[in-house]
Amino acid sequence: MTLPIVLFAIVATITAISALGVVLARNVVRMAVWLLFTLVGVSLLYFLLGAEFAGTVQLIVYVGGTLILIVFGVMLTAQGPLRELRTRPAEWLVGGIVGALLFGLLVTASYQIALPPPSTDNTLPGPGPLGLTFLGVTETSPTANVSGLPDDVVVPRKPVAYLLPFEIVSVHLLVVLIGAAYLARAKRRVKA
Amino acid sequence: MPEFWSEFLPYPWNIVVAGAVAAGLLFGFIGGSTFFAIWAERKVSGRIQDRLGPTRVGPFGLLQSLADGIKLISKEDHAPIGADRFLFKLAPYLAFCASFVGFLALPFGNHLVAQELNVAAFFMLAVLSSEVFGVVLAGYASGSKWSLFGGVREAAQVVSYEVPRAMCVVVPICVAGTLNLNTIGNQQVGWFWNWNMFHDPFTFVAFFIFFICATASCKRAPFDLAEAESELVAGFLTEYSGIRWSYFFLAEYGSMFAVSGLASMLFLGGWHTGVLPFEPAIEFGFIGGNLLNAAVFIGKCWMLVMLMMWLRWSLPRLRIDQVMMTCLQYFLPISCVLLVGVCLWQLVVPSQVAVIVTYVLAFGWTGFLAIVFLSVFRTPLGADAARGELPGAWHDQRVPANVKPN
Repeated sequence: MTLPIVLFAIVATITAISALGVVLARNVVRMAVWLLFTLVGVSLLYFLLGAEFAGTVQLIVYVGGTLILIVFGVMLTAQGPLRELRTRPAEWLVGGIVGALLFGLLVTASYQIALPPPSTDNTLPGPGPLGLTFLGVTETSPTANVSGLPDDVVVPRKPVAYLLPFEIVSVHLLVVLIGAAYLARAKRRVKA
Repeated sequence: MPEFWSEFLPYPWNIVVAGAVAAGLLFGFIGGSTFFAIWAERKVSGRIQDRLGPTRVGPFGLLQSLADGIKLISKEDHAPIGADRFLFKLAPYLAFCASFVGFLALPFGNHLVAQELNVAAFFMLAVLSSEVFGVVLAGYASGSKWSLFGGVREAAQVVSYEVPRAMCVVVPICVAGTLNLNTIGNQQVGWFWNWNMFHDPFTFVAFFIFFICATASCKRAPFDLAEAESELVAGFLTEYSGIRWSYFFLAEYGSMFAVSGLASMLFLGGWHTGVLPFEPAIEFGFIGGNLLNAAVFIGKCWMLVMLMMWLRWSLPRLRIDQVMMTCLQYFLPISCVLLVGVCLWQLVVPSQVAVIVTYVLAFGWTGFLAIVFLSVFRTPLGADAARGELPGAWHDQRVPANVKPN
């Protein structure tokens, strides 16, 4: 039992328990608080892995942003039926089956991931090469294998332009914004 | 620090002990600073309002906070009937945890930091912005309309002010090229014109915008809409009493010191005095240099906190629509302009011009501060009035001709 394993066990247990709390709680605001502990636990896992940036992004996006907005919305709107959520037995059944299936899938997938291939050059690409890769012009490390695959599977690497997917995602967000503005607009009748 | 403890303890325990010592020191710093900051707040407010402030407990009333603490501990720990008791009890600790964790990444000197993170500035922003969660939960869980209004106001205000605050943090980071606060501190070594604040006009303005936004996100007056005694009794604090109430104040003063530390780290040269052209931790030896560094850094934090107190007792509270308008109509566009401007400055302006602008900014600002400081010692108005005469009232007015003196 090394220190990282002990810490992982503690953090993972707290995260799992608070995730169960999200499912089992009936009050919406309490669910949000349990979700807070779950999200903080996940960001602590990132910090344990040494991924400081990912952990901090998790904190600022989910804890500082999304969760505050959820609680804000719930506080303003929670009335009557929405404040107490009761789960029916059929929902328990369906949710349990889906959850178990997802868990099994994740476990089998995680056992199939091989170690990433030892890269020959450990230098990180600077902003220039990264930006060019983003445009599909060059490749950051063309000789290395795609990480996360078994050794015998060789995927030929081609320069991929990530600009188009990125733009599509941005346009999707724009559509969501316009939709929200449409839903929230003041509804006036046009005088005949 | 784990290396130091590895002389005494085997592998996993040196890290554990180092973490515990760092957490203890930080908790001591927050507690001690709050202790004296509450006394200073009372003294400052007293002097500004022409009163004496606390004088009875200890010399200069220094132990006033101790008396307050004893009173708060001995008060009844009470939760109202309509409250969600679990969340009501949890909320103060959540608020305090957020402001405590912010200190983990804040260097008090060269490598004098609990955990040196590569993304320390970003981490501090992320953690300090989640302090609002405790306040919102307190507002909801109290089961009281006043508290709920306070919590909702707080959430709206903090979420809006986070945006210009974060953009103002990006401005000096564009200059520094790193998110590591320790590196940012090291880059500002030497004379005070090396400080990021004087790098160019955009960082100069960004410091003031950042400071105002930080004051607003600490819910200090003139932005203390969440408490607003005149409208909301005490806002989200209405139902709290005793030790839980004091945890909220520990969190508030903790986050004041955290944002002041972040401001002095990013803009005001961190732990550097500004008049020593070398790194003190190297020249003055490990102990002496680090003590000087920590003292200078804590001194800068205290100066910014005193500035917040001065603002609090000088300015009237804004209305909620004025608060939101200040943020969304003024600070947000200004900070966007600052961000674009600092990038263009780095790209376009030739280095000779940049150096001249740096000197003009640095010496102009210090000269301005010196003039303001010297004006404190000027002869007060009407000091030359004769004894028994109202100073300044009829001082330089001739007696009208039609009035005959008796």
